[in-house]
Amino acid sequence: MKQVLNYRETEGKSTGFWILLGGLGALIGLALGSVLYMEHEGHYVTGMNNQIVWGMPHVFAIFLIVAASGALNVASIGTVFGKSLYKPLGRLSALLAIALLIGGLMILVLDLGHPDRLIVAMTYYNFKSIFAWNIILYNGFIAITAVYLWFMMERKMNKYYPVAGFFAFIWRLILTTGTGSIFGFLVARQAYDAALLAPMFVIMSFAYGLAVFILVLMAGYAWTGRPLGDAVLFRLKNLLGVFIASVFYFVVVYHLTNLYATEHHGVERFILMDGGIYTKLFWIVQILLGTLLPLAMIYHPTIGKSRPAIATAAALVIIGGFAQLYVLLIGGQAYPLVLFPGHEIVSGGFFEGQINEYSPSIWEISLGVGGVALSLIMVTIAVRVLKFLPTSLEDSVVDPHAAKAD
Amino acid sequence: MSQAKLLQRLFALMIGTLLLLPLAATADEDEEEEHEPLPFSELVITEPAQRYSEETGCVAPEEEMRRNHMEYILHQRDETMHKGIRTRQFSLEECINCHAIKDDNGEYVRVEDERHFCATCHTYASVKIDCFQCHSDVPVRASRLRTQQSGLAPHPYDKPFAGKLASETLPLLTTEE
Amino acid sequence: MSDTSKPIDPSRRQFVTRAGGAAGAAAIAPGVFLTTPAQAKPADQPVSSENRWGILIDANKCGNGCNACVTACEEENGWGSADPSEDRSRPDQKAHWIRKVTIRDKATQHVTTLPLMCQHCETPPCVDVCPTGASFKRADGIVLVDKHICIGCRYCMMACPYKARSFIHEDLKDQRPWAPRGKGTVESCTMCVHRVDEDGTPACVEACNAETHKAMVFGDLYDENSEISQELKKHGGKEIRADLGLNTGVRYRGI
Ligand code: SF4
Ligand code: SF4
Repeated sequence: MKQVLNYRETEGKSTGFWILLGGLGALIGLALGSVLYMEHEGHYVTGMNNQIVWGMPHVFAIFLIVAASGALNVASIGTVFGKSLYKPLGRLSALLAIALLIGGLMILVLDLGHPDRLIVAMTYYNFKSIFAWNIILYNGFIAITAVYLWFMMERKMNKYYPVAGFFAFIWRLILTTGTGSIFGFLVARQAYDAALLAPMFVIMSFAYGLAVFILVLMAGYAWTGRPLGDAVLFRLKNLLGVFIASVFYFVVVYHLTNLYATEHHGVERFILMDGGIYTKLFWIVQILLGTLLPLAMIYHPTIGKSRPAIATAAALVIIGGFAQLYVLLIGGQAYPLVLFPGHEIVSGGFFEGQINEYSPSIWEISLGVGGVALSLIMVTIAVRVLKFLPTSLEDSVVDPHAAKAD
Repeated sequence: MSQAKLLQRLFALMIGTLLLLPLAATADEDEEEEHEPLPFSELVITEPAQRYSEETGCVAPEEEMRRNHMEYILHQRDETMHKGIRTRQFSLEECINCHAIKDDNGEYVRVEDERHFCATCHTYASVKIDCFQCHSDVPVRASRLRTQQSGLAPHPYDKPFAGKLASETLPLLTTEE
Repeated sequence: MSDTSKPIDPSRRQFVTRAGGAAGAAAIAPGVFLTTPAQAKPADQPVSSENRWGILIDANKCGNGCNACVTACEEENGWGSADPSEDRSRPDQKAHWIRKVTIRDKATQHVTTLPLMCQHCETPPCVDVCPTGASFKRADGIVLVDKHICIGCRYCMMACPYKARSFIHEDLKDQRPWAPRGKGTVESCTMCVHRVDEDGTPACVEACNAETHKAMVFGDLYDENSEISQELKKHGGKEIRADLGLNTGVRYRGI
């Protein structure tokens, strides 16, 4: 007989829970302190400058925003593609999506030169700007996902939730394309001048979002002592493998097309061969640690079945993702703008034609970490007060047939 | 279940602070020092040396300026910024030129000082302004109130140009022979 | 360095002539006409799209080692050496509106030196991307930042192909009243808009003329009879990164 699927709040009396809450809270506090300092003094205390105008906060923010849309993937697969195995995970997936997005947006807003003018950002719109569109997309995403979540959790509305799920799915694809397009519009920057960036961001979102989801799911179930069956975990793990491979494919195509276009040889050479930190990050962290190693772990016949290995693989994907965004965002700015093709710069005021330096300050990093902590604390508290997590995700509960079929 | 309630509150509090963060980010740390609030009539507001006109005193009747100076400044700001209209009557620079106050050493007082014309009321009413992040808070050049005033009507001539010289016409002028 | 060469359409040339003539007469009020030169704009009149201001820079005349335009700009607009209050920012964080660049052609070894600033694009990427509309182009083609609504997101700096913009990293003091600038906002060359509105010439052009290099000509690109239009007609003028199709208001010769 099939066991019933039951959602229940997590317990919140253990010291572990409070330690987690306290730790995350402290990180958020540190981030706020940093923001106060940065905004009061001005951005001169950061590593950012007039050449590297977007720095560490933006790496964190973009990672979270991209991962947010990917985290919703699990719910989408359950709802839109009707895979029953994923359905019990839908609530957590939607919750995570909202939390990650809010974390990312907080970073973005607090790094502005004038965060006090948020009201300006909301009332003056330049509809030609993809950035302004993204603000609308982000708010819409939060609203739609919230409705989706509500429909999932409210019995009366339950019959509508596939519709909401479908909308959320579509919206999410547009949102990530929009995030990718932020770079697509920067035609003058050699590294971003590629039509491939928007679809690449969609695939990246799948991988990062799922990796975060797997980690949160495993941690949540392990720490609350709820059973998590192999059926669910292995299915997610295999999916992650597919996504990592797809990102890898896109990265290869991206660099190949850049190598094909002669005017981009300079920036390719910079990233792939002599970019110092960026080259190292690309080959060692993004490709080796963030792509090949997790792929090998996931598809290894024995290691791939061990839970610590799965968790490690997911963590590696996240680290690789940060490296990828760092290389793309900061590396792309570090490479100088090409104003005079066929000429070399003899001299020039303002760092003309030089590789631009960037070393992130503690304040920026702390702001970024604070955004991540905010996302996690929201999830932690939400699963504590509302019925997000099924009491059990044992194979027999999730899908009696899946256990054998998989 | 009281713990759940507590957490729920915490959750709400977090969302609340999140929304307020941008404001907090720019709050000045020295804002807390409390003053005994003076009655408005006891604020020392120095009269400027000259008058704009005999009837109105300031550039508009004083009552009006007291209430709505920000509207005039805001309007002028957009006109000047976006349309290049540079009449001086409601220019912030001329406000400063006329209302600047010198201290005992004959130096102009800065906006951080409560004697500064803008600061006097704005501190009193605790209305924070960011004009002086970008604009000079003391006079820099002589007033051009009289010399730069060609007509007081804000913008009688707003007629759109009949044709458009679009981007394609410029290369015409710039083609190398 | 290719030229923007689009086919010349004779009907358009006529049109330009007519427009140039029409600009001469400005209606002050219905029925009242003043026939003044197109540029002499009364203070209460809005700028008009009948003008488009531009600068033509002749790199052959630009003096190697001469920095007069940069110094003049600093002095006029109160940045760089003329702004003692920007003292905590690192060199790579400081504002820069205009800079001198010296380049060598890899093939011919020919060395060229030229000033580089906001090119006042007709289709400016900075304006396209700005989320709030703080970056904007005036009717007369001058591209500015409305610092009142700039939120300091720096997207325009990412988008500008010429690295023409700077973000202000700290509190400033004692700005020029005609060139307000401050922390947390982005700024760039304004083509000395405060001078242009009063029928003046940008400080850099003036300084270059004073140095007798006369490498820069400022004027109305839409006025057929202006010096800049005549010069351009005779000798042409190239855009930097013409491939981007931005139709810049600042043009170069000898690059
Ligand atoms: S040069 Fe740069 S700042 Fe100037 S208009 Fe063009 S894109 Fe904008
Ligand atoms: S920094 Fe200011 S001007 Fe530039 S894009 Fe952002 S809001 Fe617009």
